[in-house]
Amino acid sequence: MNGLLRRFSPIGPFIHGLRWADGVVLIGIAVVVYVGAELAAHAPAITRGPAVSLQPSTLPLYAALSVSRMALAYALSLVFTLVYGYAAAKSPTIRQFLLPLLDVLQSVPILSFLPVVLLGLATVLPERVAAEAASVVLIFTSQAWNMTFSWYQSLTTVPGDLREASAIFRFNAWLSLKHLELPFGAIGLLWNSIMSWAGGWFFLMAAEMFTVGQRDFRLPGIGSYLQTAADRGDMTAIGWGLGTLILVIVGLDQLVWRPLLVWADRFKLEMVSGATEPSSWFFDILRTSAVASWFTASVIRPIGERLDAAMARWLAPIRPGTAHTRRSGCASAFIVLAAVGLAYGAVRAVGMLLHVPADEWTGIALGLLATLARVAAAMAIALAWTVPVGVALATNRKIADWLQPVIQITASVPATALFPVLLLFMLGLPGGLNIAAVMLMLMGTQWYLLFNVIAGASAIPQDLKYTSALIGMSPWERWRTLVIPALFPYIITGAITASGGAWNASIVAEYSQFGGKTVFTAGIGSMIARATAAGNYPLLLAATLAMIVSVVLINRVFWHRLYRLAETRYRIEG
Amino acid sequence: MNDNALVKLRQITQTYRSGRKEFVAIRDVNITVGESEFVALLGPSGCGKSTLLRITTGLQKPTEGRVLYRGRPLDGVNPHATIVFQTFALFPWLTVRQNVEVALKPRGFSPEQRAQRAEELISLVGLDGFETAFPRELSGGMRQKVGFARALAVAPELLCLDEPFSALDVLSAESLRGELLEMWTSGTMPTKAILMVTHSIEEAVFMSDRIVVMDKEPGRVVADVIVDLPHPRDRSSPRFAALVDHAYATLAGQTQPEHVEIGTAPGQPGRTRALPNVPVDVLETLLEYVADLGKPADLFRLTEALHIDSDYVLRLSEAAELLGFATVAQGDIDLTPLGEAFAEARIVARREIFATRLRRLPLIQWLLGLLNAANDRRLEYDVALKALELEFPPDEAERQLDLAIEWGRYAELLQYDDDGEVLYLESDQIGASR
Repeated sequence: MNGLLRRFSPIGPFIHGLRWADGVVLIGIAVVVYVGAELAAHAPAITRGPAVSLQPSTLPLYAALSVSRMALAYALSLVFTLVYGYAAAKSPTIRQFLLPLLDVLQSVPILSFLPVVLLGLATVLPERVAAEAASVVLIFTSQAWNMTFSWYQSLTTVPGDLREASAIFRFNAWLSLKHLELPFGAIGLLWNSIMSWAGGWFFLMAAEMFTVGQRDFRLPGIGSYLQTAADRGDMTAIGWGLGTLILVIVGLDQLVWRPLLVWADRFKLEMVSGATEPSSWFFDILRTSAVASWFTASVIRPIGERLDAAMARWLAPIRPGTAHTRRSGCASAFIVLAAVGLAYGAVRAVGMLLHVPADEWTGIALGLLATLARVAAAMAIALAWTVPVGVALATNRKIADWLQPVIQITASVPATALFPVLLLFMLGLPGGLNIAAVMLMLMGTQWYLLFNVIAGASAIPQDLKYTSALIGMSPWERWRTLVIPALFPYIITGAITASGGAWNASIVAEYSQFGGKTVFTAGIGSMIARATAAGNYPLLLAATLAMIVSVVLINRVFWHRLYRLAETRYRIEG
Repeated sequence: MNDNALVKLRQITQTYRSGRKEFVAIRDVNITVGESEFVALLGPSGCGKSTLLRITTGLQKPTEGRVLYRGRPLDGVNPHATIVFQTFALFPWLTVRQNVEVALKPRGFSPEQRAQRAEELISLVGLDGFETAFPRELSGGMRQKVGFARALAVAPELLCLDEPFSALDVLSAESLRGELLEMWTSGTMPTKAILMVTHSIEEAVFMSDRIVVMDKEPGRVVADVIVDLPHPRDRSSPRFAALVDHAYATLAGQTQPEHVEIGTAPGQPGRTRALPNVPVDVLETLLEYVADLGKPADLFRLTEALHIDSDYVLRLSEAAELLGFATVAQGDIDLTPLGEAFAEARIVARREIFATRLRRLPLIQWLLGLLNAANDRRLEYDVALKALELEFPPDEAERQLDLAIEWGRYAELLQYDDDGEVLYLESDQIGASR
């Protein structure tokens, strides 16, 4: 469990107060949305999606297709992460753009880009390819940022004495990447990869079953299978679909992530042997297998030696203190060009926004309020149950032992996969979609909170617990003076991620096509979806920007303050 | 000696900027290390001795001055030098053998040669059988042995030691010192010279042939002492004690007249005297101990009596001098009548004596003046810090402010609200800063 908790902790440092760079990045995003919207206006009016078969025998193929999309997007993210993070750590010019960009992009509702990306790509690519590419791009945009940030942070926090040791022993850039920087960043990169995969499933499910008005962009995969099954009310198919999805996710966990985690355990920096080391049966098999050890000794090692030798011919030993601070002419030209492009795009985007009539702006404002209320409701419900359950799980071994596996599997199912199923049951009820929307937000976000609460409750020092028992605090006093303050930083960290996720979910939650008809409820998410369906691009741009600005403002003003408070006041020093 | 000089530092000055102000960390240092010399660089924390070590090896470029290696100016990292680090600086993800081998890689050894050399050196430092262990499985002393094996693997001419024993427990440190000296004196290591940074006077006298003594503010060389005792050295011998005493006398200096001792206020011409980094309760213990002794105490005996290192003793004696509780001369500390009164007083009286003395320090006067002039007699921590940063480098400014708060709280002169990060005056101190 310990391992599982760690993945939810590296979120916090992203959040900071408002900065001028936020403005530049926001304009950049406005321009991107604008260009997409311009392109989208030329997209074909009617698109037919592929027929999705509900035969269980098609599921292995569908699962393979979904996993390939994820893998492709992940490979892209990894390459981007390594290159961009490294460049940002080494070059001050690139660094200036990195942090604000990562900062805003991780608070942006990625799903609102989907229609724009999809329709934009559909004008330049064949539909099928466009849909595939859009899903990969979307997953990439959901995966890359936290990984890049983690890698960048590792690179900039490599312990000084190890850096000095590398320099004094005359390492070149390649050797210090191989023996110092990659090992040092490995654990962070791995946990963030796992987190990115979880997030990626959420968006893949959404991307696979995207239909906009007359345009049907479904992709054959587990997500579209589930949606089609729910659409037809086919409970057997839903069962098959969910079963396959869980199998795939659990399988990946057991065969890929667990072994990697066990292997990466050697990269921890602590000089003390941990009490609980992760274990993996699959890794144990690999470790003892003759084929694997032959492969390491006869293939990997010689290749490594060759590579080291080749790099030694290329690269000189590192010279400490000679970082490139000079901005090359090329970079300056690029910056000027980018600024001009940005300015032109911004003017055009404003021109488009001027087409939005006043009453639509009122609608946007009301929609924002409605969605805000839903997000708040989802957060409140999540807090109400995760705090007591999390504390119980952290303090009571017996409950934890049987509840933990259940929670892990439930948490691993992307909420978007369950949404069609949820709609199937909810739409008949009064206020059905309203409740379903809150439920979707809840499903996607409560786990962050739960895992953070468990982490926080496990971190309460035993001596403080004993003390509160010894001085005879009542349960209520105990919660007020010990448990809640100790949990506060963890709850805030979890809540920041959770609220971002909830806003994101509103786009699929508030507008849906189900059983051949369109259902929607008031909200900013449904405005974005409806504007796309109707081809009202000025409104799409306005609504998307409104949402981005609100989320960034909420993060900067509201969460930033709470986070500061948590950092300074409620921190229990280990 | 100039003929066989390995390293020469000439007029080394290191400054750095913080905002508009420039701080001098090291000024005009000249050091020569000759072949077959073991030189110790001794000084209090903050005197820039570790920086000097990095400059010597080429890890850092000095603001001014030249580093000559065998008569040639150093360009980049010195390929003939290695460092043994205080924190070991081992790669935690590599085994003992891999940690040694990885140092050989950039020097173009083949895998077979690397394996063989690593084996030899692991054997030399006595870690046979631990080749496949990870650093985290080893004790501190064993980790530092790996540090030595790695540094010696590349056959350095100049071996630099950056407080290599100070992170170890007493016994491991002592045995490792012995083993290093044994290798050095018997000539089993390829090294031509050793330069060791230390803040422990005994360690410097015990190990080195020559001690370069540095002082701080700014970092500079104040003495160069030849240690002509044969190895193995006997710590209890009178000549050993005399040398240690001499080093203490050099470092602790002589108590100056009060106006020189306490310096000037921040912003005024002249140097603001930094508060020595010591907690008040430890200072109390020291004064009680000397008072019980009833006579002047040898500073170096205090290290044994109070179980603290020489650096700490020097900071404590500096604090006692600054507050007028003691005088220091020729490596001995003696209490003033006020110091005796303080040591014998009860807690309330102690605080009163402490407060009277504290109010005389220009730094404290200045802080109380700021507080008295402020709205509601309250001052934000950050505001005070910004003001102090005009006098001290940022890290030092923060340490000084924290010390002023701690000492001021003890004396009940001022209070600090950690939640609001605000300093404020005790109500009976308002207007009484002078």
